[in-house]
Amino acid sequence: MKLIYQTWWKVLAVLLIFSTLITGLLFPVPKLAILHETIRNLYFHVPMWMGMLSVFVISVFYSVKYLNTGKEEYDLASVECVNTGLLFYSLGLITGMLWAKYTWGEFWSGDPKQNSAAIAFLLYCAYLVLRNSIDEEQKRAKISAIYNIFAFPIMIVLIFVLPRMTDSLHPGSGGNPAFGKYDLDSRMKVAFYPAMLGWSLLAVWIATIRYRIRLIEYKRNSID
Amino acid sequence: MELFDQTLHLIKKEILLEWRSKYAFNGVLLYVVSTVFVCYISFSLSKGFAGSQGYPIVWNVLFWIIMLFASVNAIAKSFIQESKSRLLYYYTIASPQAIILSKTIYNILLMSLLSILALVVYMVFFTNTIGDPLFYFLSVLVGSISFSTVFTMISAIASKAGNNGTLMAILSFPVIIPVILQLIHLSKNAMYGLDRSLSYGNMGVLGAINVIVIATSLLLFPYLWRD
Repeated sequence: MKLIYQTWWKVLAVLLIFSTLITGLLFPVPKLAILHETIRNLYFHVPMWMGMLSVFVISVFYSVKYLNTGKEEYDLASVECVNTGLLFYSLGLITGMLWAKYTWGEFWSGDPKQNSAAIAFLLYCAYLVLRNSIDEEQKRAKISAIYNIFAFPIMIVLIFVLPRMTDSLHPGSGGNPAFGKYDLDSRMKVAFYPAMLGWSLLAVWIATIRYRIRLIEYKRNSID
Repeated sequence: MELFDQTLHLIKKEILLEWRSKYAFNGVLLYVVSTVFVCYISFSLSKGFAGSQGYPIVWNVLFWIIMLFASVNAIAKSFIQESKSRLLYYYTIASPQAIILSKTIYNILLMSLLSILALVVYMVFFTNTIGDPLFYFLSVLVGSISFSTVFTMISAIASKAGNNGTLMAILSFPVIIPVILQLIHLSKNAMYGLDRSLSYGNMGVLGAINVIVIATSLLLFPYLWRD
């Protein structure tokens, strides 16, 4: 946990995100029918999911640690990671919907990818409801850790496996080629990979700040 | 082998207890039959619906929705009906894995029996031609297995957290939606009598979801039961 107090990766996150604002918006992109300039959404939509995924993975990691040790801090870390993950989840949905408006014609066209994402969103909202339904702190921490570990593989199946098996319009699903297949040329990679890393680091950063605030509150409320 | 023995004993105990009271079985059977009858009465109000084009689709979807609510009702009880002191006794004599496995297998047996009976009752009231009866039957069995595995774990979580029906619904529905989508797809293919090879993908996804759910329940239940 020493890493969260260090500065270098936070500076790196800011530098990477600012660099993608320039490279993502100004660098040339392949000219494709229908997509046109909306292909630049790749630099902002996919990294949101990457950020969500990295904090959710960290959250599962701390849930497992909580179950093994029973330390309250791990539970706080895990819940704050889920809270941050939900923020990035919403941003991912919104950027996807904006893109869908200009390429598919509707904000929400009932595409399998969109529907699965909405269901998985409910899955994590249920986690927060479950937490609020239990008063006793240790019991709440334990049961929510168990549900968090249970929900994660289901979320992976919902978002990353099921849409690939049906007729989805989303790139990478249902026989549609992913961006990597035909148009992610070396010029796009220059902007894409730094964006993935930068937004993931930013998500972790937000989660650590929230965790540190919760930790202070927890220590103030504890009796000793 | 100890796990196997314990599981077998616990399943025997579950079946014996159910056989003595027949509460869950009769209760859910009555629930299913009355729901089917209510649907029958309601649909018979609009004449000519049975011959219309959308009838087979409604038939299939309605069956799965009835089964969904029946299984929520049947399985939600599985941890509630045990008194706290009796649960404590089980924990001293059996491993937690044996407890969750026995509950899951017992629920699978119960749900399979119930869904077969429900299908018979449903087909008596709502006549419909099924293209591939054997495969439809198989999809109903797979459905009851999937419902049982998912709802057993969720009911274990919900029973620890205040045990109200709202929580059970909130926790289980996001997990069960992908399952029920695959099931409706599978059974629709069977109903139209399409080639079986078209449904192997759905079968694979259902199998994968079941494996994930059983594996996570086995891993997580030991942490859950300890108070």
